[in-house]
Amino acid sequence: MSALFKVSSNPHIRSKVTTNGIMLAVIAALMPATGFGIYNFGPRALAVILVTIASTVLTEFLFGLYKKKLTVTDLSAVVTGLLLALNLPVTIPLWMAALGGVFAILVVKMLFGGLGQNFMNPALAARCFLLISFPTAMTAFSCDAFTGATPLAALKAGEQVNIMDMVIGRTGGTIGETSVIALIIGACVLILLGVIDLRIPGSYILTFVLFTGIFGGHGFDPAFLSAQLAGGGLMLGAFFMATDYVTRPITIKGQYLFGIFLGIMTGIFRIFGPGAEGVSYAIILGNLLVPLMEKVTRPTAFGYRKGGRRHAK
Amino acid sequence: MNKAGERLYNGFIKENPTFVLMLGMCPTLAVTTSAVNGLGMGLTTMVVLALSNLFISLLRGIIPGRVRIPAFIVIIASFVTIVQLLLEAYLPFLNKALGMYIPLIVVNCIILGRAEAYAYTNSPLPSLFDGIGMGLGFSFALTCIGAVRELLGAGKLFGMGVLPGSFTPIRIFTQAPGAFFVLAALVALQNYIKAKRKKAGKPYEKIGSGCTEDCMNCSEKGCTKRFYDPDGAQPAGREAENEKGSRRPAAKKKADLDVVDLEEEER
Repeated sequence: MSALFKVSSNPHIRSKVTTNGIMLAVIAALMPATGFGIYNFGPRALAVILVTIASTVLTEFLFGLYKKKLTVTDLSAVVTGLLLALNLPVTIPLWMAALGGVFAILVVKMLFGGLGQNFMNPALAARCFLLISFPTAMTAFSCDAFTGATPLAALKAGEQVNIMDMVIGRTGGTIGETSVIALIIGACVLILLGVIDLRIPGSYILTFVLFTGIFGGHGFDPAFLSAQLAGGGLMLGAFFMATDYVTRPITIKGQYLFGIFLGIMTGIFRIFGPGAEGVSYAIILGNLLVPLMEKVTRPTAFGYRKGGRRHAK
Repeated sequence: MNKAGERLYNGFIKENPTFVLMLGMCPTLAVTTSAVNGLGMGLTTMVVLALSNLFISLLRGIIPGRVRIPAFIVIIASFVTIVQLLLEAYLPFLNKALGMYIPLIVVNCIILGRAEAYAYTNSPLPSLFDGIGMGLGFSFALTCIGAVRELLGAGKLFGMGVLPGSFTPIRIFTQAPGAFFVLAALVALQNYIKAKRKKAGKPYEKIGSGCTEDCMNCSEKGCTKRFYDPDGAQPAGREAENEKGSRRPAAKKKADLDVVDLEEEER
């Protein structure tokens, strides 16, 4: 009986990569930034993180019960909750954090069909929802009981900033965005595990540097550029949000295009916009344009001419 | 059910212009920042809708089919001007709140749609009630949207504080994205209720037998009045019918339409 062939329909080659595995890798990669956030902002940061994750997971669970299709075990809700919490200021009222979690999962993800169908990064959409809804609570940044402007806002106002502090993360800002070192460590883990590649972050950051150098008003001044790079949510956004599998382009050319678009938009928001920060809006705007980017960068199939027509016989 | 009552019911529930037909979205989304604004916009539109429906129906015998849209616009615009001047004189605060959206009622697709779909082919009294029903449905929908947005976005209802002071307003609901959220939620709610009624054997669609002008949910084939055919045939019937004012076999109508097209091309 051992000579029996297994009969099944295609595909026959299956990847060992699972949604669970990827989500676990992302969670692990976010741990340095999370840990530093808790160290930097104190135990309240931990409370915000736990409440946000609890609200996303609970929403996904309840929606799964209602739809009779439990998807909560794929850990994507945990990633969304963690990313959202890292994008919140530490002083935010806990119910606002919970509301953001519900919005991210229910409105942005589940109503559009769950993981893989969401047209926008749920965590960033929720952050923007909270930012528009509660502008005061969402921009009250503090660090070591010192309330003040974020380095990026100070930079925009023409003040001097300490770049070393910004790289380590001893500054004001959202829970997870301050420490460039912690974020880079996480990003290296993801790149080594093969979960993300450098196409989107690389083209994003490079375009942003070029744009800021040309239009920023400081030329290619290394101090200004590195402060712009280390400030705000750029590193968190470039490595963890823009590379989200669901909301980035599938085509390789499209991914470069996506990165370039994000770089230009972030530059425009930061330099010409009224606020100092623009990463979240740039990424969700980019998310909306992903179908178009995929359309214009669709590769030509083997045996077809450019434009999708078959070769004449 | 008598004709007038049926038209009211049709406009208010079965073919609610906002929640079912999805018409007039521009004022729906733009002015419903508070319940009062929504109600004011709805009632203003209702007055214009009822009167223009009545007059278009009265004049349907003398408006030539080919210039009926400009004629409708002239009639509608006259009533909008009257209503705007009245608002300016007696309700200046509402006029200020609604602003540009009052003159824009002229091109509101509910009004033009009802004129084209109902008033132009029906007698005056049902047309009047069709306008009132549709207007009431529109007012109801706008007031609902406005109330939810005002409650969540400002913690008030009809300008009065109803939520405790500790409530933090969710500002997004008074801005453009909030309008979409609330509209979507309310449409989902009414679809849910309708689906439940249908399941229980009491669908809203059953009432009002015969042609209900509800071409979207009508499966009757060969209807000469329908806007579009699910089988993909061109909506030739309606055009020719308006032209001649009587029903003819489909083939004959198509021929009529071809002649019209040629004439227009020559010009």
